[in-house]
Amino acid sequence: MSALNITKGSTSHSAYDLRDPYAEVIESHTLAVIVANESGVLARVIGLFSGRGYNIDSLTVAEVDHEGHRSRITIVTRGTPQVIEQIKAQLGRLVPVHEVHDLTVEGPSVQRELALIKVAGKGEQRIEALRLAEIFRANVVDSTLESFVFEMTGTPEKIDAFAELMRPLGLREVARTGVAALSRGV
Amino acid sequence: MTKANAGTMSGAKMIVKALKDQGVEVVFGYPGGAVLPIYDEIFLQNDIRHVLVRHEQGAIHMAEGYARSTGKPGVALVTSGPGATNAVTGLTDALLDSIPLVVLSGQVPTFMIGTDGFQEADTVGITRPCTKMNWLVRDTERLAETIHTAFHVATSGRPGPVLIDIPKDVQFATADYVAKEKVKASHYQPRVKGDIDQITRLVELLEKAERPIFYTGGGVVNSGPAASQLLRELVDATGFPITSTLMGLGSYPASGQNWLGMLGMHGLYEANLAMHGCDLMINIGARFDDRITGRVADFSPHSVKAHIDIDPSSINKVIRVDVPIIGDVGHVLEDLLRVWKSRGRKVNKDGLAKWWKQIAEWKAVNCLDFKNSDKTIKPQYALQRLEALTKGMDRYITTEVGQHQMWAAQFLGFEAPNRWMTSGGLGTMGYGLPASIGVQIAHPEALVINVAGEASWLMNMQEMGTAMQFRAPVKQFILNNERLGMVRQWQELLHGERYSHSWSESLPDFVKLAEAFGCKGIKCSDPKDLDDAIMEMIRYDGPVIFDCLVEKHENCFPMIPSGKPHNEMLLGEAETQGVIKAGGAVLV
Ligand SMILES: Cc1ncc(C[n+]2csc(CCOP(=O)(O)OP(=O)(O)O)c2C)c(N)n1
Ligand SMILES: [Mg+2]
Repeated sequence: MSALNITKGSTSHSAYDLRDPYAEVIESHTLAVIVANESGVLARVIGLFSGRGYNIDSLTVAEVDHEGHRSRITIVTRGTPQVIEQIKAQLGRLVPVHEVHDLTVEGPSVQRELALIKVAGKGEQRIEALRLAEIFRANVVDSTLESFVFEMTGTPEKIDAFAELMRPLGLREVARTGVAALSRGV
Repeated sequence: MTKANAGTMSGAKMIVKALKDQGVEVVFGYPGGAVLPIYDEIFLQNDIRHVLVRHEQGAIHMAEGYARSTGKPGVALVTSGPGATNAVTGLTDALLDSIPLVVLSGQVPTFMIGTDGFQEADTVGITRPCTKMNWLVRDTERLAETIHTAFHVATSGRPGPVLIDIPKDVQFATADYVAKEKVKASHYQPRVKGDIDQITRLVELLEKAERPIFYTGGGVVNSGPAASQLLRELVDATGFPITSTLMGLGSYPASGQNWLGMLGMHGLYEANLAMHGCDLMINIGARFDDRITGRVADFSPHSVKAHIDIDPSSINKVIRVDVPIIGDVGHVLEDLLRVWKSRGRKVNKDGLAKWWKQIAEWKAVNCLDFKNSDKTIKPQYALQRLEALTKGMDRYITTEVGQHQMWAAQFLGFEAPNRWMTSGGLGTMGYGLPASIGVQIAHPEALVINVAGEASWLMNMQEMGTAMQFRAPVKQFILNNERLGMVRQWQELLHGERYSHSWSESLPDFVKLAEAFGCKGIKCSDPKDLDDAIMEMIRYDGPVIFDCLVEKHENCFPMIPSGKPHNEMLLGEAETQGVIKAGGAVLV
């Protein structure tokens, strides 16, 4: 209870609390947003998320059609179904946005992320790190006598799992690209 | 040497030409270093009129008043840095109220961008969240095209403000002019036709509803006069009651048979209770704003809801609806009427008769009743007299923000759209005076009155200079309660009558102020003199500042306190003791 005697999480006190108390399931969705590659467009998309209080778990962007100057922004976001619908509608009405796809609901999709993972260690630890890397099909892209940089692609979960395993083996640094995703099939 | 093409011109010339080609007649602006080349071009021509404001915020609100009263986009021109930052409040206001504006700002030359140059500001960065779209034009070749696209974006779909930031070197450099017709069609083409299956579903609901209500908003006004016409036809043909938000007043005439008055926080008892008790709610171009819904969980609990809106993001944003129809109000209403007629114009007559009987009982409460006085002017009385004395005239009303605004919405009647300009979404004190000038510039012969509060009015009073210079005979009707009345009312109801900084002290003598500006000042404090004073204001050929000294502690009722549902509305003084629980105090 706050000083104003408002029960935590209660919706009755607030016209601003728009969420249906019965549908508080938080879902993760991967959105593909095709935008005109003009200056300021990414800022507009990110500003929409920060300005309206939406989550961004991951965001990647690159021009994918050089002739048409189109970029593809892949956003992994979280929210109740209502919030997810709002996010899509809000993205859709931005002037430079051409298309919004919810890959999570539009059918099966593939999601991949690339990560570089630096692990430092000696002896048994080093060998164990290398062994696990093989299992995860991570490549060694840099090595010294005391460190490796592994490169791996996979789902974010796979990268999380690998990084977690590396932690006791001398994990130093992780760089991740964020998720790129495409729907399966044609 | 290349032969100069006939279409080759400087960026500055291009700007003026593009505005002309877009049919722009008036630009509201203020010069400065970064827009001097454009001002040079303005100097050299006579087609576009430039109205020199006194503050850039004034320019934007004038452009808003111009736009809202004509249906055309408003255009403003400001310099870089402080010129652009002064425009921010107006841009945000226009964004929230969906007003089409094209704002041009000067910028430091491209080679200086990022160096903290004199009067440099990241204008596109600052205005990104308060524009529908904005552009920094780095190349004169793209300038004309960008301006044409800007007009398309500002006026298509849900209208809104756009800004074009133009570095000074881009204004000087030359390039080929791109004609409006040559610009390749923008991919931005919001859908205007509604889904016919959803429209048919709505017709089926219309035919059966026992307690239907039309809940209309600014979208009807924005859709254009045809939409208002169709709305009238639909309302009259079905016999359903209709209410409107603050933004939608006038699309259905206040004198119309089925009119329940405005709804919302200070809306009419009958309108709010009808919203609460209806079984079919048809939202046409409104957005379930929190001033309308009150406590969301208890909003119209037993109704099936349909929502017609051109902006898909308005649908299911606040209130979940059963029949969403994405499209332009005019187009959707046309289809709706056609389908309904083709199916035999059915309505539930028995249900409707009972419903109107119930509504009549609510109306009998006479919620706008107030205790009049023969000693002090009650603000409600002042507006009743203003209404009586100006009804039927070619009249436009603007307002500031506060109690007076709500009373104006309650006590003035609007028979046509585009006659009422008020800051709804942002609630911008200081909107009304410049907006009234913008309206007057667009309608030189009309009677334009700004119903103001003394505190709001002071926020942009410098624009009286603009009114004088451009012979805009705007009437500033100030309901002077020497209070930040709306703040005072909330403090009384929600903060234990602790009136922290909510009174207007050291007010100017408004009559002397009027004289200082060279216009007419009128002061009135006795109800007996009011009619004559109002007539004097109307008859005076020029701007007037009318200081109407009103009751200082009047509260605006009805009121749905924040966090309360519609059926827990306050009607008058007696009911206000301790009714707002602490929870309501966190809301604005
Ligand atoms: C720019 C701005 N600042 C503050 C507010 C908050 N506010 C809303 S109404 C109001 C008082 C307005 O006083 P006045 O113009 O005298 O109108 P009254 O309510 O007395 O009729 C204030 C301060 C606002 N709406 N806009
Ligand atoms: Mg006041």
